[in-house]
Amino acid sequence: MSDSPVILAHSLVKRFGSFEAVKGIDLEVSPGESFGFLGPNGAGKSSTMRMIAGVSPVTEGVLRIFGLDPAVAGSAIRNRLGVVPQADNLDGELTPLDNLVIYGRYFDIPRSECVERARELLEFVQLTDRSGGRVDALSGGMKRRLTIARGLMNRPEMLLLDEPTTGLDPQARHILWDRLYRLKQQGVTLVLTTHYMDEAEQLCDRLVVMDAGRIVAEGSPRDLITNYSTREVLELRFSAGQNAQHEAQLTGLGERLEVLADRVLVYTEDGESALREVHTRGMRPESSLVRRSSLEDVFLRLTGRSLAE
Amino acid sequence: MSRDTLIWRIAPPILRNAHRPQRIVERNAIVYRRTPMVFISGFFEPLFYLLSFRIGFGALIGDVEFAGMSIEYAKFVAPALMASSAMNGAVYDSTMNIYFKLRYSKTYDAMLASPLGAPDVAIGEILWAMLRGFIYSLSFLACLVVLGLAGSWWILAALPACLLIGLAFAAVGMALTTYMRSWADFDWVQTIMLPLFLFSATFYPLSAYGDFGWIVQLSPLYHGAALVRGASLGVATWGMLVHVLVLIVLAVVGLTVATRRIETLLLK
Ligand SMILES: Nc1ncnc2c1ncn2[C@@H]1O[C@H](COP(=O)(O)OP(=O)(O)OP(=O)(O)O)[C@@H](O)[C@H]1O
Ligand SMILES: [Mg+2]
Repeated sequence: MSDSPVILAHSLVKRFGSFEAVKGIDLEVSPGESFGFLGPNGAGKSSTMRMIAGVSPVTEGVLRIFGLDPAVAGSAIRNRLGVVPQADNLDGELTPLDNLVIYGRYFDIPRSECVERARELLEFVQLTDRSGGRVDALSGGMKRRLTIARGLMNRPEMLLLDEPTTGLDPQARHILWDRLYRLKQQGVTLVLTTHYMDEAEQLCDRLVVMDAGRIVAEGSPRDLITNYSTREVLELRFSAGQNAQHEAQLTGLGERLEVLADRVLVYTEDGESALREVHTRGMRPESSLVRRSSLEDVFLRLTGRSLAE
Repeated sequence: MSRDTLIWRIAPPILRNAHRPQRIVERNAIVYRRTPMVFISGFFEPLFYLLSFRIGFGALIGDVEFAGMSIEYAKFVAPALMASSAMNGAVYDSTMNIYFKLRYSKTYDAMLASPLGAPDVAIGEILWAMLRGFIYSLSFLACLVVLGLAGSWWILAALPACLLIGLAFAAVGMALTTYMRSWADFDWVQTIMLPLFLFSATFYPLSAYGDFGWIVQLSPLYHGAALVRGASLGVATWGMLVHVLVLIVLAVVGLTVATRRIETLLLK
C-alpha cells in the first residue's frame, strides 16, 4: 500500500432537501492515522461519516476512499471498512453470535472462519455468556459492545466509529481504547467521532472540530490546546444564579472569560495569580479550581457551546 | 456465471449490480430455523377450499370442459389453488416481514453498511419470499397426492410455474411494501388478494366470464393459474408463453422498483 490518503475530501457537501448538513469540507486522512471529529450536536459529523462509509450519496464535491469513488465502487470500499454507526442496528431476529456470524458472511468470509472470529470477538466484548440469547435482552451498553464487535468481523483496514463509547461503562471504555490502540499499532486507520474529550485526547493523532457543517479548526490535540486556549484555566463557582452578575467585576482578568450556566471560566497563563486577583477585587466564590487547559476548552471556545448542554 | 457472457450483458442492470444476494437468503434461513411454524400456517386456506370442492361442489357440478378435455371439477380447481398457495406464501413474506425490517428493525441498514447493496437486499428478499411460496406449493402438492387429485406426473411440471408465480408476487409485494406508510395500509393487501383469488379463472374457466374475460386477464394470478393448470394437465400452448412473459415482466418491474425504493429510503 502506498501512502496516498485513505480518505480524501474536497469541498464535500451533503444536503437533505434544501438543508445543508455539511457545507463544503476538505479532509485528508493518511493510512494508519487515527483521526477524530469533534463538534456539537447537529454539526454534521455523522453525515460526514455516513458519506465516508458509502451509505450516503455525496451531494457535491469530491470524496475518495482508498482512492476509490464511493458512487461507483461502494461495495469494494465497504468490503475494507469496519463500521460502528451512531445508532445500534443489530439484527433483533438473531442471537448475538449469529449477528456476528452472518455479518461476516456478508463479507463472504467462510462460515467456520466467521464462527471462530465471532467467538473471539464475543470474548473480547465480554458477551460470551450471552452469545445464544436474545439481542433485545441485552442492556444498552452490551448492545453497543456487540455493535463494535460486529465492526471488527471483517478485519477492516479502516474503522469508522461514530460515538463508539456512548453508553459504555468506564471499564468497557478502557477495554475498547486498549483494543483500538492495538489495532492502530497494526496499521489500521481509525476515524471516530466523540463527545468525550478525554477519548479524543487519548485516541486521536489529529482532530477536526466541526460546527454547523464546517470545519472550524484542525490539528493534534496538543496543537489545538496551544492555539485555541491558554495554559491554565481558573474555574469559579458563585452561589446559584450569580455567575452572570460577577461578569462585570471579572473583566480584564486573564485573557478571556467564559460564563457558563454553572461556572465562570477564566483563561489565563497563571491561574493562581488570577485567583488572588479575584479575592483582591472582593469576590468570594463558593469554590474555585485551577487546572490545565483541555480539549474541552478548545471546544467551548470554537463552538461557543458547553459539552454539558 | 462469467460476467461477459451475452446473457449477463442483457440482464437487467439490477442483477449486474448485485454481489451476493444469497447471503440474505442465508440470513433468513437462520431466523426461520428457529421458527418453522410460519411455513405451515399459510397453505391451509387453499387446502380447506380443496377439501370443500372434493367433498361438496364436485358432486354437484360434475365435469368441466378445459382445452378440449372433460375433467373432474376438483381436478380443474386444484391447480389454481396450488397457484394461489404460491402467491400467498410469497405475498405474506414480502409484505409484513419486509415492512417490519424496512421501517422498524433497521436490519437493512446494517446489511447496506457491508459490501451488500440495495440490489442484493431486494433480490435476496424476493428469492426468499419466492422460496417460502414454493414450500407452500410443495406441501399443497403433497395434499393433492394424498387426496388423489394429483392426476398424472405432469403435475411436477407445475412446480417451475409455481416458482415463477412466487417470484412475480414477491417482487410486486416488496415493491408495494416500500410505499406503505403504516400497518393499516396492509388492509389493502387483503383487499387486493381476495378478488385475485376468486376471479382469476380459479373456480371456473375464462369462458364463464363472458364479456368480462379481459378484466380477468389483468390479474397476475390468472396467468399463474393458467400456467399451472396447463402444465399439470400436460397441455402446452403458445398462450402459455404469454403467461410466462407476463410473470417475468412483473418480477423485473417489481425488483427494479423495490431496489430504487430501498435506495431512496435507506441510502440518504
Ligand atoms: N436523514 C436526514 N434528513 C434530514 N436531515 C438530516 C438527516 N440526517 C441528518 N440531518 C440533519 O443534518 C444535521 C447534521 O446531522 P448529523 O447527524 O450529521 O450531526 P452530528 O454532528 O452527528 O450530531 P450528533 O452529535 O448529535 O450526533 C442535523 O441538523 C440533522 O438534523
Ligand atoms: Mg452524530
